[in-house]
Amino acid sequence: MSKKQKNVLWRIIVSAVLIIGLSVLGKFITLNKYIWLVLNLVPYFIIGYDILKKAVKGIFKGQVFDENFLMAVATVGAIALGDYKEGVAVMLFYQIGELFQSIAVGKSRRNISALMDIRPDYANVEVDGKLQKVDPDEVSVGTEITVNPGEKIPIDGVVTSGDTSLNTSALTGESLPRNVKTGDEVISGCINMTGVIKVKTTKEFGDSTVSKILDLVENSSMKKSRSENFITKFAKYYTPAVCFSALALAILPPVIRLIAGYAPMWGNWIFRALTFLVVSCPCALVISVPLSFFAGIGCASANGILVKGSNYLEGLSETKYVVFDKTGTLTKGVFEVTGVYPENGYTKDDLIRLAAYAESASSHPISLSLKKYYGKDIDENDVTDIKEIAGHGVSAAVDGKKVFAGNLKLMKEENIAVANEHNEGTVVYVSENGKYVGCIVISDVVKPNTKLALSELKKHGVKKTVMLTGDSKAAADRVAAEIGIDEVHSELLPADKVSEVEKLLDKKEPKEKLAFVGDGINDAPVLSRADIGIAMGALGSDAAIEAADIVLMDDDPAKISLAKKISVHTLKIVKENITFALLVKAVCLILSAVGIANMGVAIFADVGVMVVAVINATRALRLKNKTE
Amino acid sequence: MKKTYNIEVDCANCAAKMEEAAQKTDGVREAVVSFMTQKMKVEFDDGADAAAVMKKVLKNCKKVEDDCEIYI
Repeated sequence: MSKKQKNVLWRIIVSAVLIIGLSVLGKFITLNKYIWLVLNLVPYFIIGYDILKKAVKGIFKGQVFDENFLMAVATVGAIALGDYKEGVAVMLFYQIGELFQSIAVGKSRRNISALMDIRPDYANVEVDGKLQKVDPDEVSVGTEITVNPGEKIPIDGVVTSGDTSLNTSALTGESLPRNVKTGDEVISGCINMTGVIKVKTTKEFGDSTVSKILDLVENSSMKKSRSENFITKFAKYYTPAVCFSALALAILPPVIRLIAGYAPMWGNWIFRALTFLVVSCPCALVISVPLSFFAGIGCASANGILVKGSNYLEGLSETKYVVFDKTGTLTKGVFEVTGVYPENGYTKDDLIRLAAYAESASSHPISLSLKKYYGKDIDENDVTDIKEIAGHGVSAAVDGKKVFAGNLKLMKEENIAVANEHNEGTVVYVSENGKYVGCIVISDVVKPNTKLALSELKKHGVKKTVMLTGDSKAAADRVAAEIGIDEVHSELLPADKVSEVEKLLDKKEPKEKLAFVGDGINDAPVLSRADIGIAMGALGSDAAIEAADIVLMDDDPAKISLAKKISVHTLKIVKENITFALLVKAVCLILSAVGIANMGVAIFADVGVMVVAVINATRALRLKNKTE
Repeated sequence: MKKTYNIEVDCANCAAKMEEAAQKTDGVREAVVSFMTQKMKVEFDDGADAAAVMKKVLKNCKKVEDDCEIYI
């Protein structure tokens, strides 16, 4: 609790005790009316002096009809009408409500902000042989900083000494630690877990990843969604409308009664009008909608999903079409051995060993993936005479035997009978001393979560998933069949991707949104053309952070479906809050106009609805726990 | 020119009022208040003196919401 809140709490306690004391006293002794008034005014001023002060100030500044004014008039009115206890009690309840709401809002605000708090407070720089904590803003590029275990890396840089594991969860939501050693690049915002490392900074603090992300997240609540704009606009018309209704309620019925020959009952109607005004405060709406979005964005950030604005979260919830770039998004974008097919009595191990040895000198991606799959150290004494045959493959002597490894053309030229031809991905055929050994298929592999992500997207309201790729039709169709995507467009040039997305944009209903997911490297034009651009694996990639509306900090496709889920969940809460608040307000307004609702109900309609809406809004934050 | 200021305001409706007051101030092209992050982002008109404009913004905000603060 803040100092302000504690102060209010004490005032509430003191005045509550006084009120109870007075009502007990009233049962035993009868006092003069004026003495009674003075006794009641003591707790009234204790609890309400600030409200009265603000109300008076407001009148002088021309700000009539704010909450303070309403409460002042309502309570002073009650006391003037001789109802001391009600006057003091209403003020007390109002303050309790306000305190409760301020605590609830403050707490959820802090909870959400804590999720996004990755700001490093200092950097350790060596000055005259001693480590000193300095403001990261003051560290220039190329300075060597020391990061101890448990500290955040404050600035992007390269490790110059030491090795450690880093916790990247604040940035990516990924709980597996990342190991780094001398020469590796490290990104600010990660937490150093095990060893002391020295880092030579490569960027200024302001350009470091952590600053970029903070800037993005802090500004996200500035880009307001349609729902928020609706509420702001609504409040603009609503407040004067309610004020005039209240004025009419205070004046018209008594005047009509007077004309009709009844007693006008001014006091009664004015009091109803005041109740009406208290009910009408639009705060519940005004706070709960942005708070829900803020919580949704906070929940997404905690999971390594950066949403650049409430409007994009709203847009994502309305997304019916999701278009994916294939390589690097649905697939890993790196070549891996996906099939090993030995022939002529050789084993898989024989085949892969021969291929890895023959290709051992090459740094071609295909060779690298063969060596990686082989997994064991290569004894360079066992392989000699390595020759590259351009466009065909390699020849080498492995264990003294002549080995060819390469494409089908190479096998034909060497007159080797290939028993099993494959036409997917890249195929390496291997022969030993003129005898066919078998073939190895190397292709881009689908990410482990791709299939799940696509089916999850469908579950959360996506109508159609589309894949765009520059790959051959055969390769694209194979991946599409494996992951279960609805539509495939293959053999596209980068420019074709934009026109494909435009075609899809033309076909859909205007209310339905289209999202494009890419790795952000060369698809910036498509990212900006789509309604919602989602960039993946953006950790450290400035271009992607710039171009996209939603940035996934790692390259797990499950994050796409999680983002969609969070957006749908958040928007549901927003709608619940708007409906709930408007409904309760409407009912209470009518009840107060006809005189059924008293001031207590009115205060519930104001503060109670707000607290319920705030608590509901923070549900958007807790989705995380359900998904883990 | 755009600048972001820390603010202190207690209720969301008051934040909305501050936003409106700031937008109406001379020299301000666009002002956005985020109650959540307690920040005000102001885009000034070309050639406007930010410090002088912000003084006026603060005055106008105080007019609509007495209990607010902008840390200029």
